[in-house]
Amino acid sequence: MHKLYMELIRMRFLTMLAYRVNYYSGIIIYAINIGAYYFLWGAIYGGQQQLGGLSVEQMTSYVAIAWMSRAFYFNNIDTEIAQDVREGKVAIEMIRPYNYLSVKTAQAFGEGIFRFLFFAGPGIFLISLIIPFHFPATATGWGLYLISLMFAFLINTQINLLTGLFTFFLFRNDGMMRAKRVVVDLMSGLVLPISFFPGWAQTVMGFLPFQAVNYYPSLIFTGAITPGRSWELIGFQAIWMVVILVPILILWRMARNRLVVQGG
Amino acid sequence: MIQVKNLQKEFRIHQARAGLGGAFRDLFSREYKTVKAVNDLSFTVEEGEMFALIGENGAGKSTTIKMLTGILTPSEGEIVINGYVPFKQREEYVRSIGVVFGQRSQLWWDLSPMESFRLLKSVYKVDGPEGDKWLDRLIEELEINPFVSQPVRKLSLGQRMRCEVAASLIHKPRLLFLDEPTVGLDVLVKQKIREFLRNLNETENMTILLTTHDVSDIEALCKRVLVMDKGKLIFDGLLSDLKEKWGNGTEVSFQMKKRTPADELRKTLGEMPCEISQVNEYTISVKVPQSQEMLPFVLSTVMSTFEVSDVKIMETSTEDIVRNIYQVDTGVRGHA
Repeated sequence: MHKLYMELIRMRFLTMLAYRVNYYSGIIIYAINIGAYYFLWGAIYGGQQQLGGLSVEQMTSYVAIAWMSRAFYFNNIDTEIAQDVREGKVAIEMIRPYNYLSVKTAQAFGEGIFRFLFFAGPGIFLISLIIPFHFPATATGWGLYLISLMFAFLINTQINLLTGLFTFFLFRNDGMMRAKRVVVDLMSGLVLPISFFPGWAQTVMGFLPFQAVNYYPSLIFTGAITPGRSWELIGFQAIWMVVILVPILILWRMARNRLVVQGG
Repeated sequence: MIQVKNLQKEFRIHQARAGLGGAFRDLFSREYKTVKAVNDLSFTVEEGEMFALIGENGAGKSTTIKMLTGILTPSEGEIVINGYVPFKQREEYVRSIGVVFGQRSQLWWDLSPMESFRLLKSVYKVDGPEGDKWLDRLIEELEINPFVSQPVRKLSLGQRMRCEVAASLIHKPRLLFLDEPTVGLDVLVKQKIREFLRNLNETENMTILLTTHDVSDIEALCKRVLVMDKGKLIFDGLLSDLKEKWGNGTEVSFQMKKRTPADELRKTLGEMPCEISQVNEYTISVKVPQSQEMLPFVLSTVMSTFEVSDVKIMETSTEDIVRNIYQVDTGVRGHA
């Protein structure tokens, strides 16, 4: 089983490499995004030293790392599932002796590693030449960040699986998937750190899984919190992961029973 | 090996109301119509059989195949294949079957077939020298070696189809499903695939089930035929019986050495229920409705009474038979 997933990850890697132009333009897009946010935040800070509990340096690192994390956790498996269902390709997936959802997760992981190494890596390198950038000073800092990032990937992938699974019932849910993308980007703290939201919004978001996707790992990376608090956040991530698993399993069971293969 | 009992599949189809007002009402309450795609289907298949499932478009063939392969869950009825219930024990069950969908690819579009084979090998856990040997044999017999390292998107349909067949067999399944495997292929490729399948059936005793529109597929491969119509099984038996039941009989044309009128032949054959017609002064054709019983009698009687220079026997092709089935059926539908 282990070998199968290694092979799936490798396959996705190769598929990503098959389209080289996509790859080069991807690096540039990441660099532009990070750069744009850097200058935007520079303007917002003006002469101020602190804003929402973050210094300018921490904010810079936050923006860069938020995008770097996104490179890893972001994937399009919901649109892939939707496409499989719409084009009837799901039939091919069902004749294979594996679990469709685990396979999708493995493929997403292959894509994540690819983007992390080839988009985010060079992107961060390019950016660090131009703007001041703080990496975690200690090995513990790096370790905590990577653990948290792994959970971020899993939670985001689960959210995608969930939206993807709705296609089995609705057949067309592009609107839902697009809305999900905006909601995740906004509420996960990619566009704006959670501490910048008004108090009531922060309370609401405390009950939602989205900040576990980006805000927690990014916060850990910037070193703005203690290792103890970091472990606490990772604990929250683990809980969210288990909680979201429940509706996925239920929906998957229902989907299997009412699957309709489209197009003959 | 395959046991199917009272299999049923119903689909709920959303009926859209007409017009703008109807579309608006559809937003709140929807009307559904239940359609029985497969209705009370029962049959059994022994190991090593090669058989075909035929029927018009929308007869329920594909739905049946999808239930047999564990993709769809039946509404009612039982399926047991290789000792598994397909939709319940899907992951274990699909290890013992291979499936080729003529309309869908199971190869990875951007990668070479060889890469796909590699992945499928780890999907089915067939590593080791035996798996390699089997794959080598598949590659050799399907003659796909020249292009097995090119990306799938650059292959022609015929090349791709042969790779699809190889991909479906990588784990040496005991049962192979082919859903319209020869659609759009040229005669040579069709022949190659058929030959390969026949060989596989003989050497490995593999059970093969195919659905097809191409009647020559059936003639070349299958002894047993199942005919479906509107979700029901309307024929299950040997191809020869099918010909007997739905065929137009056999036409024999005799070329005589002397001028012979048709009446003379009629006299010789007596009360035989066959159609005799004069083609030209020397040629007479005889249409025999049930070939197995009457054909030898007609042949021997005519040959011993007249001086015959040539005999041609024209059997109804399976294609005609299929057309007959469909036509008879639409006739019934028209009256209903």
